[in-house]
Amino acid sequence: MTPPTTTTRPEHAGPGTRDGRSGRPRLPGAALPAVTVLGVLLLAELVSRLGVLPTRYFPPASEMFVALAGQVVDPSFWVSVGQTLQGWGAGLGIAVLLAVPVGLALGTVPLLYTAVRPIVEFLRPIPSVALIPLVVLAIGTGAASKVFLAAFAAFWQLLIPVIYGVRDTDPVARDTGRAFRLGRFGVLRWIVLPAAVPYLATGLRIASATALILAVTAELVIGVPGLGGAINLARSAGAPDRMYALIIATGLLGWGLNAALRAVERRVLHWHPSHREAAA
Amino acid sequence: MLELRSVSKTYGSGAGVTPAIGEVSLTVRPGEFLTVVGPSGCGKTTLLKCMTGLLRPTSGEVLLDGRPVTGPPADMALVFQEYGRSLMPWSTVRKNIMLPLRARRVPRPERERRADEALAEVGLAGFADHYPWQLSGGMQQRVAIARALAYRPRILVMDEPFASVDAQTRADLEDLVLRIREAHDITIVFVTHDIDESVYLSDRIAVLGPSPTSVRELVEVDLPSPRDQVATKRLAEFGELRTHVYRRIRRDEAGSPPGVASTAAPAPGSAGEDAERVGSAS
Amino acid sequence: MTGRWLRVTLPVVTTVAVLAAWWFGSLGTESYYFPSLRAIMDRFVEVWLFDRFVTDALPSLWRLGAGFGIAVVAGVGLGLLLGLSASWRRATEPIVEFLRAIPATALLPFALLVFGIGDLMKVAIIALVCLWPVLLNTIDGVRGLDHTLADTARMYQVSGARRLLSVVLPSAAPQIMAGARTSLSLALILMVTSEMVASTSGIGFFVLDAQRGFRILDMWTGIILLGVLGYLVNLVFTLVERRLLRWHAGARADTASAR
Ligand SMILES: Nc1ncnc2c1ncn2[C@@H]1O[C@H](COP(=O)(O)OP(=O)(O)OP(=O)(O)O)[C@@H](O)[C@H]1O
Ligand SMILES: [Mg+2]
Repeated sequence: MTPPTTTTRPEHAGPGTRDGRSGRPRLPGAALPAVTVLGVLLLAELVSRLGVLPTRYFPPASEMFVALAGQVVDPSFWVSVGQTLQGWGAGLGIAVLLAVPVGLALGTVPLLYTAVRPIVEFLRPIPSVALIPLVVLAIGTGAASKVFLAAFAAFWQLLIPVIYGVRDTDPVARDTGRAFRLGRFGVLRWIVLPAAVPYLATGLRIASATALILAVTAELVIGVPGLGGAINLARSAGAPDRMYALIIATGLLGWGLNAALRAVERRVLHWHPSHREAAA
Repeated sequence: MLELRSVSKTYGSGAGVTPAIGEVSLTVRPGEFLTVVGPSGCGKTTLLKCMTGLLRPTSGEVLLDGRPVTGPPADMALVFQEYGRSLMPWSTVRKNIMLPLRARRVPRPERERRADEALAEVGLAGFADHYPWQLSGGMQQRVAIARALAYRPRILVMDEPFASVDAQTRADLEDLVLRIREAHDITIVFVTHDIDESVYLSDRIAVLGPSPTSVRELVEVDLPSPRDQVATKRLAEFGELRTHVYRRIRRDEAGSPPGVASTAAPAPGSAGEDAERVGSAS
Repeated sequence: MTGRWLRVTLPVVTTVAVLAAWWFGSLGTESYYFPSLRAIMDRFVEVWLFDRFVTDALPSLWRLGAGFGIAVVAGVGLGLLLGLSASWRRATEPIVEFLRAIPATALLPFALLVFGIGDLMKVAIIALVCLWPVLLNTIDGVRGLDHTLADTARMYQVSGARRLLSVVLPSAAPQIMAGARTSLSLALILMVTSEMVASTSGIGFFVLDAQRGFRILDMWTGIILLGVLGYLVNLVFTLVERRLLRWHAGARADTASAR
């Protein structure tokens, strides 16, 4: 899954470019994407059926979807989905609970940030998967390992945006808060936190994607039960159609989680300029 | 040479339509200095963009030497009103000026010579290797002008090019443009807010009405050439012209008393000389 | 004055303090899983300087570089195409949206199946996964081209390849680099994971193999090496980015101070 970076950019009703050159006749609305999706699926089907690519590796698309349908009615598939979601959710939740207070502290106390910065800068880029062997030894091969890895990786993705968000608080707003005698906590709660929320929201989407990657990785490498393990099992069992079906399912899961977070973000951040413009 | 035939322009469609140009017919004569004055937001920039082929008119046509203009012609240059955003922040001043010349396949030594010359002319000789964002607004504006000069266009179109320079620099730049026009024999179309400037610079002034705009009057300026900042501005004719243009614009800009305005309903899109503005949405 | 002095010395002090605490705190440790830093470092020198470095670290870095490089080149190229053509973008959008939503490592079994367990598989999976952030950010960057700048290019007859190289690409560069940075973290994850899942060389293989053989010291040296490499790779990226986007930092500081 690709952690998103920047997002909404309002379409400019710009002069010269969007104007006046309608060009070739276009397919209406959703027709073009639908045509390409169908085209790609059809091509995959043909390529496999005609033996251009070996069926052993690339089963016809129709078989993948048959297998996917088979999975959807299979309770054990939903157990796997639940296990993966559990690892994702617990990991992300723990990361939020740790990263927000730590980020607020580091963001509001510059001296503290200066002090721990080299440690943060060093720990952050470490590929979290490098810890897998250690985690296996120290925690074991159960669901707790998955949660730890997801939380560890997501933590850094949240911490940095929260620090930046807090440090980016408009000084005028902060002074206004002080002038109104909001107190240290009041300023934090009413001024600093809302200002950091947009950063947190973006960080959250990235962290969510990362947590899902780590959950799947733990399942794949350590063998913690879940979708990742099921995919690998399908491969080693020589059932490529099931493997592809599960990969598609995992993709849909990732897509769904991202879409859900985006929807929440739009709800919560409707006042933020990026969403205001996009809504207009 | 450059002819606008019943050009009109409406932005957007559906609920968000903004008529910007009502109907404008105008011919730019070869070698002349034409200034365009009009109230803010009346559609001057839009008119220039139609003229230079950056925008397609909604109706009517633009002809250059009798041929319809469908995109920016190669021998036209435009100094954008948003001069700052028209400069590339990733390139130095010199590279900004040289890029159009590179596109025109001017050989490198020639490119550099022209860029340095143009920079010297606008008084920025020492800033070739600066980045645009290291310069003040007025300096950026002069870089944009230098880029147009180095391009050596046959027709130079300028959209409020002196809006953010101080009075002294402004006077210098005005004289620079006049000098360049003499030296290279180029045709200039020049938008300004400043009535003094329009009278001082031009052979003809197109006075535009409020949005959606049309040409309210074409004023011939018969002041002696070459112009001089002190002598020309002291002439009686200068004062008369200035007053005349000022009155023409004032009538639009200040708005007439409500009683008068409500009786004079403008014909939409007409080029009517006396189309008064009634409580417009702008 | 004291502020600046603190800002320079404090990070050094804390770094030294943390390392010292680890070093001395672990000196007499009996713990099997958490050996002393001194023992780890002794072992590190034995293992990684330089036999294993050549047989395991270099192949890892090679795969990382090749996969990441392919992803950046392909991502920028495709991103330019999709960014400039609305119909291509619309046509491919659902496919791109879906493929990039697949959690990166879920594709590993697919890569294993199709490409086997060799280097090709690792380079392919890294490239495949790293493609999306670069691609999507390039599209965004290309579409974000300032309208005045686009009109300027048009007005001055800057078109075709020259427009692409001198106007579109530089203007999209900050976005592209942001995407590449995301890709780089993914590349590191995939490098390690692919070596853990199926390999006979590489640092990822080394650490997992050490853990499975209960060679705890070896495992620790591998983890530390991965940490150092992750840090260094990011450092190099940051330096390159700073060099490429020097103008951007300046331009931003300028608008910020104008506010
Ligand atoms: N891209 C656009 N989309 C919609 N409406 C526009 C657009 N550009 C300009 N307008 C509208 O067209 C009208 C004329 O705008 P224009 O920029 O041409 O005015 P102007 O005379 O150049 O003003 P100024 O003197 O302030 O530069 C205005 O009412 C403006 O709101
Ligand atoms: Mg304007």
